[in-house]
Amino acid sequence: MPRVNPIDGDYFRDERKDGDFKVIGKTVQRSDALGHVTGRTEFFEDRTFPDLAHIKIHRSAHHHARIDAVDTSEAERVPGVLRVITHRDVPSNWYVVLRLIGIEPNDEPVLAEDRVLYKGEPVVAVVADSEAAAIEGAARVRVSYTELPAVLDVEEALAEGAPIIKQAGTNYFVYEGHHARRLRFGDVEQGFAQADHIFDWRYSSAPIEHAPTETTGCIVVPQSSGRLLIHSNTQAAFFTLDNTALILDRPFSDLQVKGGTVGGGFGGKVDVMVEPLACIAAALTNRPVKFVYSRAEEMQVSSPRAAERIYIKDGVMNDGRIVARKVMLYVDAGAYSRHSPYGTTKACAHLPGPYTIPNVYADCHCVYTNRTPSSAMRGFGVTIADFALESQMDRIARALGLDPLQFRLRNAYRDGDLKAHRKVAEGTALIEVIQRAAALVGHDLPEEYRALSSTTPRGEAA
Amino acid sequence: MTLLRGRGYASVNYPTGMNLGGDPSQALIHATTMGAFVISLSSVDLGQGLKTVVAQCAAETLGMPMANVIVDTADTDTGPHCMGTFASRGTHRVGNAVIMAAREARDVMLAVAADELEVDAGDLETDGTGFVRLKGSPETRIHIQDITLAAHFKQGKTISGRGIFLKERNYPVPETGEMDPDSCQAHACTVADVEVDDETGVVTVLGLHNTYEIGRALNPAMAAQQVEGGGWMGVSHAIFESTEPYYPASRDHGPVDFCEYLMPGPAEIPVQESVILERPASNGPFGAKGIGEMTANAPIPAIANAIFDACGVRLTTMPFTPESILRGLDALRA
Repeated sequence: MPRVNPIDGDYFRDERKDGDFKVIGKTVQRSDALGHVTGRTEFFEDRTFPDLAHIKIHRSAHHHARIDAVDTSEAERVPGVLRVITHRDVPSNWYVVLRLIGIEPNDEPVLAEDRVLYKGEPVVAVVADSEAAAIEGAARVRVSYTELPAVLDVEEALAEGAPIIKQAGTNYFVYEGHHARRLRFGDVEQGFAQADHIFDWRYSSAPIEHAPTETTGCIVVPQSSGRLLIHSNTQAAFFTLDNTALILDRPFSDLQVKGGTVGGGFGGKVDVMVEPLACIAAALTNRPVKFVYSRAEEMQVSSPRAAERIYIKDGVMNDGRIVARKVMLYVDAGAYSRHSPYGTTKACAHLPGPYTIPNVYADCHCVYTNRTPSSAMRGFGVTIADFALESQMDRIARALGLDPLQFRLRNAYRDGDLKAHRKVAEGTALIEVIQRAAALVGHDLPEEYRALSSTTPRGEAA
Repeated sequence: MTLLRGRGYASVNYPTGMNLGGDPSQALIHATTMGAFVISLSSVDLGQGLKTVVAQCAAETLGMPMANVIVDTADTDTGPHCMGTFASRGTHRVGNAVIMAAREARDVMLAVAADELEVDAGDLETDGTGFVRLKGSPETRIHIQDITLAAHFKQGKTISGRGIFLKERNYPVPETGEMDPDSCQAHACTVADVEVDDETGVVTVLGLHNTYEIGRALNPAMAAQQVEGGGWMGVSHAIFESTEPYYPASRDHGPVDFCEYLMPGPAEIPVQESVILERPASNGPFGAKGIGEMTANAPIPAIANAIFDACGVRLTTMPFTPESILRGLDALRA
């Protein structure tokens, strides 16, 4: 029998109205479970083709450098090498995946042109009969560089006099004319002025890898119709198709993506990193082409979860009410945008956490540095913010001698509260999960805290 | 050497969907002549169970057994558009689209059955085992296989349906950040118990005690998998993982394989106990909210706070390595 967590129906009983479902709310075995545990599930890489060709990449050796010359002659002479691909073979080389929703500018080349912005950036792709020949060919590409000063710290990147690494002219993404995604609610300085206590701390994280069991990859098969069939482990079939067609400068109907079986995604397979080059190689060689990341590529040159630096300044009253919160957030996007401008906005929408605070101010910076571009990963914008926010809550509770759960309950948002991004809260349940967790571990709460409810408007609370 | 124990708390919320780019997904459904319903999607199941849970949504709406529902995904030639599987949107968006498609197909199914039984479609109901029957007169019934055969060979009707879920795009106000970025919020509170070895600096997470409010647990066993799998990732983020161990000072020493990139093995997995609360979301499929991503979040600060409780070291940089614990202990003793 599968393990099932108990559902406590005493909470929100009036709203649940269950009992008449036949299938919903029942444990049904996952349709893919048996295939996964018996090894019968077919992943993209399980498809074999007699004339399958392979792609390997020659990557930048420097964090930031001008490319003076690229010599592929030795690579082309490696037995088995079919074709060497440079930026000249990429019809529309500059892109940003979020252009599908109107994000500008196109800030990243599929293959580097005259400069590289991170160590590991793709410069040349080598297509060969065998994986070994492709590896050998990629190793024999010679690139001459002139190294340039690198920026590897988010706050140094924003400091006056920092080398500007981006063509757009700023080391940060521009949000409608602003250097950061802004949140302005109430008057945070007035809130600090009225507060009994001020708490001002810094939090940070390092990049984190998605670490899927199956690395990012695809096999592209030219069809007799002239179309390209892409077997992919993408998390988003049409997102991949549309971005790939734009890079190939071909009609969208020329491409077909087949996927839906993924050996671990966690946000790491929405960047459209392998399909465009595999399509170009398949079209140039008229052979099925496989492009799959090695484990080392997956760990070091595929997008990680962004490192973040977060400063939180809180104004708190003696009774534990938080009256002002100011957050300065720096998201390390690495060298290119990918999904980070979006993730930074998501972070902004999450602030100031699940608490009702009358005065909130935040600047959420999406900062470019000379490292592997970060991108989407499970909960991006929120996961690291929650680490910072909930560490902050613990420290304040201790500093004021308050019970950590009572302190949270006092500030918890409720139905009808106006969030800092000016959306009225509904369907809230923070109070109830805290109350139930307290009961779960035998953490005593006084009656006045056990009586709190998310559905009781703040003004009417006891 | 002393093994120091501590407890930490964290409470969080998490948005379902992220519609700042527009956030649609479509579903098509059609009946075969032998009574199966094929759901055509382009959505990707990442292993979280999307195919299973949307099949449940279809079966519930159609009033048919799970065995009659087939999910066909993700082929862009045959499946309609889906934005993709991210932002905890899959169950919510695709579930809603499938329900809408299944309702349309159900209406046709009942109309065909009504013609065959010579009754009014409004007087019909499904019994969940494959029959459509007359309300109050259950012996007047017809099996789905006979309905779909009649539709195709006799009545000339397609039993099919179209569904889409779209939360319209919202644009943040640049000056203030005013926006409507999501459909609903799920909630969690985690209590973590840890043990800190003051000689080696090693943190062992002993237990995670969670309460999750998820709208509706469409499939309780898969909800448990989400909570426990995410809890594992939270532990891993908290005390093990980074692609740049010396961030931001140095880009060197990046791990390139699972010998260097550490994550919890069987011996490092804490005991987990969880309770689920349900406050159905008005816009969710049967009230469900998305919890795909959030289950990794609360464990991290809960562990940080438990480490402080255990040994007095406040760690403000992830991950919480043995080195950072030992340096913190040294600073306390200085």
